[in-house]
Amino acid sequence: MTETVTARRDTEVPRTSTPTPPRRRRRFTWGTGGLYVALVAIGIFCLAPFYWMVVSSLKGPADIFDNSLVPLEPTLENYAAVFGAQNTFALALRNSVIIAGSVTVIALVFGIFASYAIARLQFRGKNLVLGLFLATSMFPGVAILTPLFQLFADLGWIDTFQAMIIPDVSFSLPLGVWILTSFFRAMPWELEAAARVDGCTRGQAFRKIILPLAVPGVFTTAILVFISAWNEFMIANSMSLTSASQPVTVAIAQFSGISQYDKPYGTQMAAGVLVTIPLIILVLIFQRRIISGLTAGGVK
Amino acid sequence: MAISLGTARTRRRRPRESRERDGRLAFWLVIPSVIVLTVVIAFPVISSVVRSFFGDGIGDVPFVGFQNYADALWGYGAQEFWAATGITYLFAGVTIVLETLIGLGMALVANRAFRGRGLLRASVLVPWAIPTAVAAVLWKWAFDPQGIINAITGSTVVWTGSAVPSIIAIIIADTWKTAPFVALLILAGLQIIPDDVYEAAKIDGASAWKRFWYITLPLVRPALLVAVLFRLLDALRMYDLPEIMTNGANGTATLSVLVVQSTLSQLKPGYGGALSTLTFALIFVTAYLFVRLLGVNAVDQASSGKGAGR
Repeated sequence: MTETVTARRDTEVPRTSTPTPPRRRRRFTWGTGGLYVALVAIGIFCLAPFYWMVVSSLKGPADIFDNSLVPLEPTLENYAAVFGAQNTFALALRNSVIIAGSVTVIALVFGIFASYAIARLQFRGKNLVLGLFLATSMFPGVAILTPLFQLFADLGWIDTFQAMIIPDVSFSLPLGVWILTSFFRAMPWELEAAARVDGCTRGQAFRKIILPLAVPGVFTTAILVFISAWNEFMIANSMSLTSASQPVTVAIAQFSGISQYDKPYGTQMAAGVLVTIPLIILVLIFQRRIISGLTAGGVK
Repeated sequence: MAISLGTARTRRRRPRESRERDGRLAFWLVIPSVIVLTVVIAFPVISSVVRSFFGDGIGDVPFVGFQNYADALWGYGAQEFWAATGITYLFAGVTIVLETLIGLGMALVANRAFRGRGLLRASVLVPWAIPTAVAAVLWKWAFDPQGIINAITGSTVVWTGSAVPSIIAIIIADTWKTAPFVALLILAGLQIIPDDVYEAAKIDGASAWKRFWYITLPLVRPALLVAVLFRLLDALRMYDLPEIMTNGANGTATLSVLVVQSTLSQLKPGYGGALSTLTFALIFVTAYLFVRLLGVNAVDQASSGKGAGR
């Protein structure tokens, strides 16, 4: 399995793993010095705001606006408040996990079916289907918000999970199909042909040969779909009314804090850290896959 | 990709009967996705267009023709509609220019760096991974009158209290959130430029600047334009940042914010439908012009699966 993984990486996007020795031989010059300065600058640009969120989340209400770069008296007060009685953050976390999890599973199943057909089968109306996927990824979300709200209101679905899961699935499908199709296209189909010569049905060949090979691509898509569903705000903000169905993104925006000053700064920062940490972990572990998936859409 | 050649060959060899079976199988494989997209996107879009020709209210609403559009374009709503259009394009224009420049810079650095590249990649993904809603809250507090931004710059601006500072704050937040993503897209384009082109130019005595201007830029152009197109489609729909940071106050109500406000808060589905149709029309026309004028073939890429970069 690991062999196919590395093979995939190399075919997908040429990357660091392909060695380019001639350039490395250079000694320290002003050029490389400047390069490291630039690297540090990029790191600060990307990470400083997140660092500030972590620092702020560790400050108590008294020194929250002291603007010192390290928490002088670190406290977990804000984190306690996040899970405290006046906020329903634990519930929101559960809701987010249910919503993003369901979206990932459904979008993957549908996406694998559709992209297998697009990459592997010839059928009439293929361009129409591709056009539909492309067009839907262009529509402004707000254009569908009101009619969808009314449709779901008629069905009595407002404030339910499916009212958020179904739209999220449709938002993820174009991207998912795009990435999966590019993965399926790059697959050695001779294996499938060989399996069928040996007497496998198309279904068996798919299940036993193609799907295991497609695991890296499916996994990449799963991460991207999960992150986008976890981060969705606009649909959730309209469809969820109570804490019973609110995901974390909506809950954070409506937080009340520990201090009575109507400025739930520390609490919001703590909640923000908690929401972001799973994503940061995903990013740290799967950075290569995420990048290959992201860039598959733009340049291939 | 190299393998698609092989696929084409097997396809040609296949007899007609099996192609028909392919068609039936493909139908069942594609239909779930098509149904979801139709129910959630095509149906609402069409019904929103239909609704835009009727009056506001609930129950039996009168047919009003293009009245809602007239209201938005030159009637009582004209002022807020054109203000929203203006601010949407301002946001899109400024953020895309900033994000492309910063993204290009970051990509060039990342492409040359060898040590610490993994770390760089991970840190670049952090702003992308943070939910926009969380990023909006984070920047909202950073731009608080007592917040870190004022502490660093030594100013006492009430950032989200008036028009120009609010706009600057939102632009900064968006640039931080998205420039790294643009950098990733451009970096992927940079990495398919073969090294020997640079070697040859170096031997011919081209300066670093000339190599950038005559080799890197033309060769990375397809990737760059696709990245800009993606950003354009996204930036014209901007919603989360202005909604959370300023609630659309102080002239920061983008078209998306305006649509949501008029339909859900003010309960004017007919007028809101007209606004959302206009928004979509604007985005479509802008994207179309962009593709035509600059020759981005994202559509080609999508349907043929071949990269523009090679």
